[in-house]
Amino acid sequence: MSSNRESVSRTIIVALLVCLVCSIVVSVAAVSLKPVQVTNQLLDKQRNILLIAGLLEEGSSIPEQFEKITPRLVDLRTGEFSDAMDPLAYNQQDAARDQNLSRALEAHEDVASIRRREHYATVYMVENEEGIETIILPIHGYGLWSTLYGFIALEGDLNTIRGLGFYQHGETPGLGGEVDNPRWRELWQGNLVYTDDGEVGVQIVKGTVDGSDPRRQYKVDGLAGATLTSRGVEHLVRFWMGDTGFRSFLENLKSGEA
Amino acid sequence: MAKVSAKGVLFDPLFKNNPIALQILGICSALAVTTSLSVTMVMCLALTSVVALSNLFISVIRHQIPNSIRMIVQMVIIASLVIVVDQLLKAYAFDISKQLSVFVGLIITNCIVMGRAEAFAMQNPPHLSFLDGVGNGLGYSFILIVVATIRELLGAGKLFGYSILPVVSEGGWYQPNGLLLLPPSAFFIIGLIIWALRSWKTEQVEAKDYMMAPQSRAVKEAM
Repeated sequence: MSSNRESVSRTIIVALLVCLVCSIVVSVAAVSLKPVQVTNQLLDKQRNILLIAGLLEEGSSIPEQFEKITPRLVDLRTGEFSDAMDPLAYNQQDAARDQNLSRALEAHEDVASIRRREHYATVYMVENEEGIETIILPIHGYGLWSTLYGFIALEGDLNTIRGLGFYQHGETPGLGGEVDNPRWRELWQGNLVYTDDGEVGVQIVKGTVDGSDPRRQYKVDGLAGATLTSRGVEHLVRFWMGDTGFRSFLENLKSGEA
Repeated sequence: MAKVSAKGVLFDPLFKNNPIALQILGICSALAVTTSLSVTMVMCLALTSVVALSNLFISVIRHQIPNSIRMIVQMVIIASLVIVVDQLLKAYAFDISKQLSVFVGLIITNCIVMGRAEAFAMQNPPHLSFLDGVGNGLGYSFILIVVATIRELLGAGKLFGYSILPVVSEGGWYQPNGLLLLPPSAFFIIGLIIWALRSWKTEQVEAKDYMMAPQSRAVKEAM
């Protein structure tokens, strides 16, 4: 039997059968669990939006808490609100790969190393009687290994940062992955985006920010052992707050013309 | 292992033949995922089920596997199981699967899984192989849980995310030791566990590979 077992045809048959069975098992698992995973991802995204905006309350359900948030679609080319698509159904990650829904970036524009920028973005707003209380803008850009997807939440003055965080990335756990560390995320709170002359002032410094630095309101401590991820985060914030990002939209919003 | 009994197969890997402490396998994930107990528990569960099931399936078809491709066949089975476990975690333990990130996928390359398949499941019947997998998973889990308990308690003052030692930054008295949250601390703890285990079970002490050379006279005089 053993000589039979080692024959070429037998080897090929066993290999094929093992592959066939394994691929069926893997596909069944992947396909049947997909709906649950998609729901999880959506919940996670909503949770992150609430968390980054500092609105998350323990206890009540996330979809319920999410009701006070209004999603709106923004046309990044004009800097105005748009009704071209349903803001919730619109998938910004897919749009960035679509020729018709995005444009290629020139090398000098592409600070965040994302190559293409989509025409539309879904922003999330919390409004009260006096107008905008918080606005949450989607941001993404390249870190060390991966594209980081996250949000930046601004207060009603459209300049003070209420929070910044990422819901999807593949940076090294423990090093670049520390972008998820709540203590690091806290460092962003209260910082400013734009300087008095309208430049994006955000900077991530190596080590810790000097308390006597006149520009400390624009600076955040770098992540130890993750210089390239820190640099990536700085670049992507600069990109999305800049001319190719949300700057014109924020200016329109401020003057009431969005 | 001279004689193979179900009980021995299941419990030997705990202390007598621990995969981490004696065979020094699977250290990578032991360093990476042991900063918090809940994450560690899920990792242990994932690894134990993968070792047990891969041992079982490989043992079932062990007479069919041609020798020339046996490692690839083992790898395919292990990889498929890991993907299924990863998919399950993403569906039912999303938060923890995010924290475990790549390390679930890396179970594929965990030497314990491959090691048990090659060393045990290829020669033994399915039920014993399954128990051997469970046993080795438990041995791995035992070390990881000890390491994670020490690291989370002393590094963050918590266990399972609940505050045990109130830390200074939250108004308590405990100044957490940040080193314990970094991977090197797991090395120290595993080293200490191995030392303790070998002091208790002295037969685990390995023979010396080399002898310390006596100091030459020149060195002695220089001192």
